[in-house]
Parts: sequence; structure tokens; C-alpha cells
Amino acid sequence: MFDLRRFTGQEMRLTEKLAEFNWAFLLLLTLIASIGIAMLYSVAEGSFTPWAMRQAGRFAAGVCIMIVVSMVDLRLWMRLAYPLYAVALVMLVAVEIIGFVGMGAQRWLNLGFISIQPSEVMKVTLILALARYFHGLTLDEVSHLRNMIVPLILTVVPVGLVVLQPDLGTAILLLASGGVLFFVAGLRWRYFIIAGSGVLAAIPIIWSRLHDYQRNRVLTFLEPERDPLGTGYHLMQSKIALGSGGVFGKGFMEGTQSQLNFLPEKHTDFIFTMLGEELGLVGGLVLLTLYFVVLMFSLNVSLQCRNQFGRLLAMGISMIFFFYIFINAAMVMGLLPVVGVPLPLVSYGGTSMLSLMFAFGLLMSVHIHRHLEISRGPSAFW
Amino acid sequence: MQINGRDSSRYQTFTRRSALLAGVQAVAFIVLAGRMYYLQVRKSDQYRMMAEENRIAMRLLAPLRGNIVDRFGRVLAGNRQNYRAMIIAEQTPDVEETLKRFSRIVPVDEFRHKRILRDIARSPRFMPVTVAEDLTWDQFAQVNINEPDLAGILPDVGETRDYPYGEEFAHVLGYVASVSERDLENAPREDQRLLRLPGFRIGKEGVEKTYDRELRGMPGSSHVEVNAYGRVIRELSKDPGKPGGEVVLTLDLDVQRFAWERLRGESASAVVMDIHSGDVISLVSAPAYDPNQFNMGYGTAEYKALLESPYLPLMNKSLAGMYPPGSTFKMVVAMAAVEAGVDPSHRVSCPGHYSLGNHDFHCWKKGGHGAVNLHEALKHSCDVYFYDVARRIGITAIAEMARKFGLGQTYDFEVSGEKAGLVPTPEWKRATRGEVWHQGETVIAGIGQGYLLATPLQLAVMTARIANGGFAVTPRLTRAIGGQLLPVKEPPPLNVSERALRAAQNGMNAVSNEAGGTAYRSRIAEPGLELAGKTGTAQVRRISRAERLSGVLRNEDIEWRQRDHALFVCYAPVHEPRYAMSVVIEHGGSGSGAAAPVARDIMREVLTRNPARPQARGRVPGDNNSSRAG
Repeated sequence: MFDLRRFTGQEMRLTEKLAEFNWAFLLLLTLIASIGIAMLYSVAEGSFTPWAMRQAGRFAAGVCIMIVVSMVDLRLWMRLAYPLYAVALVMLVAVEIIGFVGMGAQRWLNLGFISIQPSEVMKVTLILALARYFHGLTLDEVSHLRNMIVPLILTVVPVGLVVLQPDLGTAILLLASGGVLFFVAGLRWRYFIIAGSGVLAAIPIIWSRLHDYQRNRVLTFLEPERDPLGTGYHLMQSKIALGSGGVFGKGFMEGTQSQLNFLPEKHTDFIFTMLGEELGLVGGLVLLTLYFVVLMFSLNVSLQCRNQFGRLLAMGISMIFFFYIFINAAMVMGLLPVVGVPLPLVSYGGTSMLSLMFAFGLLMSVHIHRHLEISRGPSAFW
Repeated sequence: MQINGRDSSRYQTFTRRSALLAGVQAVAFIVLAGRMYYLQVRKSDQYRMMAEENRIAMRLLAPLRGNIVDRFGRVLAGNRQNYRAMIIAEQTPDVEETLKRFSRIVPVDEFRHKRILRDIARSPRFMPVTVAEDLTWDQFAQVNINEPDLAGILPDVGETRDYPYGEEFAHVLGYVASVSERDLENAPREDQRLLRLPGFRIGKEGVEKTYDRELRGMPGSSHVEVNAYGRVIRELSKDPGKPGGEVVLTLDLDVQRFAWERLRGESASAVVMDIHSGDVISLVSAPAYDPNQFNMGYGTAEYKALLESPYLPLMNKSLAGMYPPGSTFKMVVAMAAVEAGVDPSHRVSCPGHYSLGNHDFHCWKKGGHGAVNLHEALKHSCDVYFYDVARRIGITAIAEMARKFGLGQTYDFEVSGEKAGLVPTPEWKRATRGEVWHQGETVIAGIGQGYLLATPLQLAVMTARIANGGFAVTPRLTRAIGGQLLPVKEPPPLNVSERALRAAQNGMNAVSNEAGGTAYRSRIAEPGLELAGKTGTAQVRRISRAERLSGVLRNEDIEWRQRDHALFVCYAPVHEPRYAMSVVIEHGGSGSGAAAPVARDIMREVLTRNPARPQARGRVPGDNNSSRAG
């Protein structure tokens, strides 16, 4: 059996870890989350209920999770990578079986005291598992076909389950973050070219298997005026709201499109639009800048890390965060089809917030344990 | 610290590729920023406009419809408050229960109940839906008192058209009613929104229709902020619009009401007009309908009864009823004869019948009148005299005179539905029937029978033109619109000789004021108020030779439909004429028996009130600020 102390305090003491914790980064996250809470306060016509207060509570819980997660030795996370992945996979299967129908798709798992979205959990655990796997491979080994079987299965199975739900947005996110791990692990370019051509060839097949509402979203994205009262309505109203905001916005709580309900889903997927309407181009750019600082910090964390697991984990988390931001922002601006992807830390949503803060905890753990060197072989652990 | 060569190559690849991904992130953020710049700066004005269009809705406010008043400014068609109850679905937990409780105060029938539920289903839940209209004050008060128990019920006061005198003015005023699909099709584009306002009414008949535009006014508008579901959040600005203009008619309320009372129970019509200005003082058609009911929506059974009634209550008989003028036409023939050279003192012998070829034309008096001149022929209404004269001067001369006196034409009157009647000529007969004119037809035209048809309005105009000394006066119904007085047209002369006119006038005087005249019994005896008239009895059925031999049946002995029309035309005062009038009582029997007494009573009322007196013009008609009598 193993000695627990080896994982919790062999090299560093808790006080040392706390000293290494980057509090400025936490402040940055708090700033972003505060913008979200302020917008939720505005959505509710100047009320902390029903959204802003709960969102603040969740963020506070998220901060606790982040700190706790960051204190845990990176090697324990490496050790837990596969078990956590397995738990997430079981939950994904469970949601297929006993999940109830919400928003036209089975996404929620009701555990009695809490409802969680297994697909959100899976995003983090997939990166953990892939990072764990690629950690054990040399650069040459990565591109060996037999070594690709396991990570491909690790990626494809949850993607397939999420597609079944059906939740196209999350499936694409999972696939992309898996791809990112393959990429930064050093898989040769030609495989990406082959995979890219494969995806292009598969588009007609995927198209034929899409649900009607998913096809509609794509068609409406390509031509929003096609259906101004139906699916195109969301997109049109979102663009009107953003555009009418102008440079400085209509003022906090003064957004006509949002306050008069022309804007749909404004507390969740379309919250960036509301920000753009009320606080204008300036407000939008401030948020994007804050996001970009987070991304650059994450990049720095991964580059500073001396073990491959930590590097891959940090880069994977950074990219998932980036995908969230980009897909959501591009969607509300009419650059991408409408897919249900929240704006990280800002959109109202519990599982998304908590799994993100968990991921940032992992990132911070990588940062704290950046000097740790972990040998490639499995013997290093067990 | 065991970074071996292999791990360093792994690290280098990682660093390179991470930098590449960071570059991708940077590019992606630049794309997002660029898109934001495009939407929020370059296209901002366009989207701002679209956001305003979303947010601001223009609500039309229906203007208050203008009043229609009589010549003295008394309101004939106005607006009254309409007490109603609405329901707002979102304010009651149970619509059915609320309706059930409401129906204990105001009964709501099955049909209405279904319609309310349908309306609620059709409109957003915050929109008030009408539950009951036209509540009595008691009902309205009870609804108000019980409001706490009637969740969702909203008592409300609206404006609706009101015709205080109902049937009495129905055919003149017409009525307003809901806008139909056809009305919408015919309306110009700029009116569409107003016409589509719920509850909006437009003029469908009569003056309401003719002057609909003037009465309607200009709609106001209210700019309101609405949310995505159409609920009004607040009012941003309001333009009250312009209420409709007042229409001042030439009618006199008192005379009209008196005439209506006098004709009530008959299928009849009466027209009184000013012989100089053409002002129509009274225009009655009986029976009539209640315009208020059209406004609120006639029940189907009641409407069917109106449609099927043999007395044609929906028809304005004054303008659209066409009758053979009968003996009232004899003045025209007399004047045509004088103009054609017949000396008024020329006598025609009346043995009771007149032979043409192998056909006998009968005089109404079986034994005949003996030798009569023009004066006596008019006084006694001798048919044989006019048979003889008509044949001698010919149909063309008669038709020409009939036209001069306003028959066979319409006057562009302010109430639609005017009929032209018929003044037959040989050309007309050839053109329409392809047959030659027979002399016998000229003969019966001499007593106003045959093809001749005239409306009561035309008969009044004819009489007015005789009375005013041969001027082509035309009837008018409106004195002022929206405060603008309408000018009285100077009627052009008809170019009828003084001799001819005198002959006709003297004959009419004799009819009423000389003992033995056909309407002597229905004279006005008061000095200075005497009238001059002419009776007419228009035959509806053909009297067979057999019946004539066995004695013509009395009107009382045959069914209503077969009885003769009773007509009477007159003017007064006889020596200084001012008013002309025609009365037609359908199947009334005889002119002297049925029509003359009615006409006499109405004329006496007209003369007593003298609505055309100069002081009546003192008030500026259409001036909304002056007080309203009555």
C-alpha cells in the first residue's frame, strides 16, 4: 500500500503551497465572476434574486474548491486521473438512462441534493486522463499507432455519449480539447491532416444524422433571415442588442433589448450580448481582455512546469477555457451557429461554474508543483 | 532532476505547439474584437434603429366621432358612455370561476361565453377581453362593488355611437357598425390601421356613410414602450388626434318627430322641403329600424325579420320607393298643355270615360264631370280632361315638362340610394323594349299612370318648383360640416311661363280651398296658413271589364297588397309659399282619404314651427362652442 504523506507533503509544506498560490490570479477570476454577477443582477431588473445571489454563492464555493484542489499534490491528481474519468463516464451513461429531459435534451443528473451535468465534469476528467496517458509516452511513442488506441477511445466514448444526449456544443468542445492534448503531446502533423480530411468527408454523414433543431441552427446561422420568427429570432435579436449598444452601451440596467425580453436566454448563453448592450464595446473588450490575461497566465503556467503531466493538464485547461469563450462570444455575434455553450464564469449555471473552478484548482496545483519532476514510467507511483 | 534528451525534445515540441495555440487564441480574440467593432461601431446606427423599432410601438387612438345635429343644433347622432366589463386573464387564477360569478350579476349566454374564451385564447394573457358591453348603471355599479370577488374583471367606460331618436331618423342618419372585410378592402392604405382597431365603427348608411370621413376625425397616436410579448411598459408620447367634425343637417327635429308619429303604423313616406333653399325639413320613411341595434350588432332573428317584412323597413322609401305619381302628375300635364297652346279656359266634356280606338279609358267618377276647364279638371281631378289633353299635346311635351320639374332624375342627394324613377318617351320604349309607343300610353301618362314612376323626394321637388315660381331648386340635407357653412345654391329658372305656373298653382289652391275640391276636407282653415295641394291615387292592379261592370271593389274589400297607393303633394302658405311636401302611403287607399289628412297635419306643424324662419339662422351651425338645445 502507499504512504499518504508521500502525496500530501513530501516535498512541500502546506504553508509553502499557500505562499506559492497565485492570489492575483484568483483576484482576476473574481473580477470576471463579479462582472457576471452584476449582469445577473441587471437581468433580474435590479435584484439579487433569483440569479445573482446564487451565482455569487456558487463562485464562493468554487473558490474553496479551487484552493483545496490546488493544495493537493499533482501526483495524486495524476494517480486519480483514470478513476475520476471512470466516475464521469459512469455518470454520462447514467444520464442517458435515468436523466430527465431538460431543454429538449437529457443533460442533467439529479443526485437528490444536487443536479449536475456529467458532460461538464467530463471535460475536466478527459483532460486529466489524456494528460495522464500522454505523460507516459516519449515524443516518438506518441505517434505510434498502437499508442493512439487508448487516448482515442478515451476521447471518442464520452463524445459519442454526449452526441446521443444530444448536446452538439459540448461534444465539439470535448473533441476539440482531446485534439488539443494530442497536438501538444506532439502527435505528428500528418495525423491531424488525415483526421481533418476525415472530418470533412464525414460532414454529410453527420448532417444526415443531426436532429432537426440542430440542422435548423446551422441553416439559420448561415442565413438568419430564413426564419425571423423562429430560430433566427435569437440571433437577430442578439445582433440588434449588441449593435445598438454602441461604444459605451446604453448603461447598466438600461438595455432595452435585454430588459424588455427581446433577448432570449440572456442570463445564460446570451449574457455576453447583454453586457455588450448595456456596457458597450468598451465593456465587452474589458471582459475579453480579462479572459485573455487568464489564458496567458495559463500558458505561462504550462510553460513553466517541469513535468509533462502538468504541462499537458495546464494547456488542456487553458484551451477548454478558450473554446468556451470563443464559441459563446462568436455565437452571440453571429459568427458561429447557436450552440448551447455558456460564457465561462459569467453565465448563470452551477455545474459549469464549479467544474471550471475545479479546473482552475488543477491549474493552480500545476503552478504550485511546477518544480516537481515526475518520471515517465508508471513505476514512479505504484 | 532527470531531464534527459528525449524529455527535452518532448518539451520543445510542447513549447512550440503551445506557442502556436496561444497565437491561435490571440487571432481568435482579434477576430472577436473586430466583429464587435463591426457590430457596435460600424453598424451601430442601423441596429439602434432596429432596437427602437422593437421597443416602441405606435398605438392608434380612435378619434371621437363628430355629432350629427338638426338645423338648430340638437343632437341627432352623438356619442354616449358605454359601460362595459373586461377580463384580464392573467389576473385571475380561474377564468371559468370568474365568469361564473360575473354571470350572476350580468347574464352571459352560451354563445357569448364561448366567444370570451376564444378571445382569451387568442390574445396575450395581459390583454383585456370584453366580457359584456352596454351594461345598465345598476349592473355596472354592482360589478364595481363586487370587484374584489371578481378577480380579473375590469369595469371600463368606453364611447359608443348613440342615436337618441332611434327609428325616427334611421333612414336619414343611417348607422355605424363594425368594419367588415369588404370595408377594409375598399379603404385606402392610410386608413387600414384605424379601421382595424378593435371596436372601431364606420358609417354604413345615410349621412353616417356619406360624411363618414368628416365625422371620423383624425386618429391620435400614442407611442408606448412594449416588451417582447407586447405588454405596454410605459407611454412615451401621446398625440390626442382630432375629433370628428359636426354635421349640421337641414332637418328640424320637431317636424321630423311629428311626421314620424303621424306615419307610424303605415308603410309610408313623407318629405318636407324649403321651396327656395331646397333645405329638407323632414324626411321620413316608415317603418324603420333602430340604428342603435346595428351599432351594437343586430340579433340574427331580428335582422331576418327586418329583411323579410313586407313593409320593407330597411328601404328608404323617400328616395328609393318608386310609385306611379297618379293624379299628382296632373299639374305637369296641365303646364305642358298651357305651354303647348291649350287655353286654360278650354273645356273638355267628361262623360265618365274616354274612347280611343276600341278601348275605353275611365274617369274615377263614374258619371263623369261634364264639361270642365283646366281649373275645374285639377280641382276635381277629372281624368278624361287629362286623357284628352295628353293625347293632343303628345308624350314628348309631357316628358319634357316632367323633366323640368325634377322627375326622371337624381339630385346627388346626401343620402345614397336615390332612384331616378321613370319618365317614359317613345325613344325610351324603343331603346329598352324594342316596341313602338302607343297612343294609349300617352293617354294614361296624362293621369300619371302607365310607365311613369316617381319617388316621394321627386314629388316634393316637383311641388317646390311649382310653388317657387319655376326655379330648379334641388333638395339639400346639410347646412354645415365641421363648422363650414355650405352655400345655398341660387336655383336657375326653368323657363316655364307665368300663365302655365299660375294655372297649376290655382288648380292646387282649388283642390284644397274651394268647396268640392278633392282635398277640401283636409284644408287648413286658419287664415294665412292655407295650403295648396293635389291628391293622387295610384292604381296598383288592373281593373277588369267584368269588375267594372259589376262595380269596382272598394279598397277596404281587397287585400293590402292590391290596394291603391295614396299620394298627396302640397305647398304652403298658399299666398306666400315657403314649404313643399309630398306624402305617399303605400296601399293607403285614396289620396284624399289617406294621404291628404296626414299631409295637412304635418304641414300645419311645419307652419307653426316655421323652421326656415330668418331667426333660425342666427346661430352659426357647426359651431361646437354654442349651446345645444334639446
